[in-house]
Amino acid sequence: MQVVQDLRLPRSLAAFACGGLLALAGALMQVLLRNPLADPYVLGISGGAAVGALAAMLLGVGAGLGLEAAAFAGALAAMLLVFGLARGEGSWTQTRLLLTGVIVAAGCGAVVALMLSIAPEHKLRGMLFWLMGDAGQSDDPRPALATLALGLAAALFLARELNLLARGALLAASLGARVAGLRLALYFLASLLTAVAVTSVGSVGFVGLVVPHLVRLALGNDQRLLLPAAALAGGALLTLADTLARTVIAPQQLPVGVLTALIGVPVFLFLLARAPRAEHL
Amino acid sequence: MSAILTARGLAVSIAGQAVASGLDLDLAAGECLVVLGRNGVGKTTLLTALAGLRAPDAGALELAGRTYAALGPRGAARLRGVLPQHQGDAFPATVLETVLIGRHPHLARWQWEGPADAAIARAALAAVDMAGFAARPLHTLSGGERQRVAIAALLAQTPRLYCLDEPLAHLDLGHQVAVLDLMRQRARAEGAAVLMVLHDVNLAARYADRALLLHGDGRFDLGAAATVLDGERLTRLYGHPLRELRDAGRVWFVPETGGHG
Repeated sequence: MQVVQDLRLPRSLAAFACGGLLALAGALMQVLLRNPLADPYVLGISGGAAVGALAAMLLGVGAGLGLEAAAFAGALAAMLLVFGLARGEGSWTQTRLLLTGVIVAAGCGAVVALMLSIAPEHKLRGMLFWLMGDAGQSDDPRPALATLALGLAAALFLARELNLLARGALLAASLGARVAGLRLALYFLASLLTAVAVTSVGSVGFVGLVVPHLVRLALGNDQRLLLPAAALAGGALLTLADTLARTVIAPQQLPVGVLTALIGVPVFLFLLARAPRAEHL
Repeated sequence: MSAILTARGLAVSIAGQAVASGLDLDLAAGECLVVLGRNGVGKTTLLTALAGLRAPDAGALELAGRTYAALGPRGAARLRGVLPQHQGDAFPATVLETVLIGRHPHLARWQWEGPADAAIARAALAAVDMAGFAARPLHTLSGGERQRVAIAALLAQTPRLYCLDEPLAHLDLGHQVAVLDLMRQRARAEGAAVLMVLHDVNLAARYADRALLLHGDGRFDLGAAATVLDGERLTRLYGHPLRELRDAGRVWFVPETGGHG
């Protein structure tokens, strides 16, 4: 009983919250970039978090809260960097934002590789586990759950305008959306959700990419349905993956990010192979 | 007849190139104005500026007696609709969902489309000869069918000023005429004004009350279609010789073809 209350329940709740956050952030990024292949990490948020977290581990401040603070600070730094660079002289196109994000993410990846290569043996395993995602590192699920609730409320508030934005900026503007402000809100919302998720479970892959796709196949692209459904489905998927990660080769644990990717890669490839044929039916 | 759109001393440019400068325009209810010009002279730029979606370099615009700033984006969206040149469909959607998008400015933030909105959307689909297509996924339609769905979404918006950027793109001959008939009927019956970019000078001559010819350097000709649209002026506009033919009491413009002049 004590085990359930103190270990299993917080861990499962954290997994649920972060799965929901990542799927929601992924769905929002896909609208922002008008690209169904976008995911929460495409703009370098997770790269920034990884740089922060690994630097903290390397410098030995990486116990509990210090690690989370460092990861969150890294994510915020990446978010502001991409935003500042992509903004330029006011023009803020999807392509420019995407390119800036991809470049910042690549830079972060190089810094992460650098830190891994100079890290001492005994720290390496912890660093690799962080990178692959691990729900076991979060001891308090409440911040992630609260962020999910608030983030979903904010996303639903904007949902019908997101339906417009998904069809193009000019059309959205002509139907009364304040496109520039909407994009800004979308960018910061998706980035913050991602930052909170990555801070508590590491960069768990594929939830943010695959879940919005699966929900879109089932329900269509009306954001008023898609956003809450993606949050629920993402939470369910990560809870499932985390349970498997804990039990498949118990007592040894697998990083949960490996399992979401193992589930996610074939599902996504299947969808990708199907998509062009569906276009020409 | 009251003016739906008025422009005073409007100057519009794109990337340092003047599109139109010193444009004064009163577009009245029931009136149809066609914008003509070569590729790249800024027809779309001018259309988006007149629709209040792009700040002009100078001049004042009023929609139904109020500035766009005073109307706000939502207020403007209830009075003015735009048919963009390109339709974005990065994500899957059904035809009916796509047309219901036009109801957005008429709904409160948490309100969902109701039966009345669905009825408006279905009537709009019927008006563009797409009545049986409501449940079809958009990506299964042809280019011309998608264009008619986009026009239906604009009709569902029920604006008083229609801004159409090449509404005839991808349409077959029959539907070209049907769409222009539809727009003229909307203008006459509902007191709407129509502003459209066209490339077909003969259809422009038949349907436009007035024509605006953009020459690409900020100069323009604005006047009654019957006087502005003549062979000599159109030849200069397009930089290509046009021949005038007369039949059934009308003038028809036919481009000369290479070598056979």
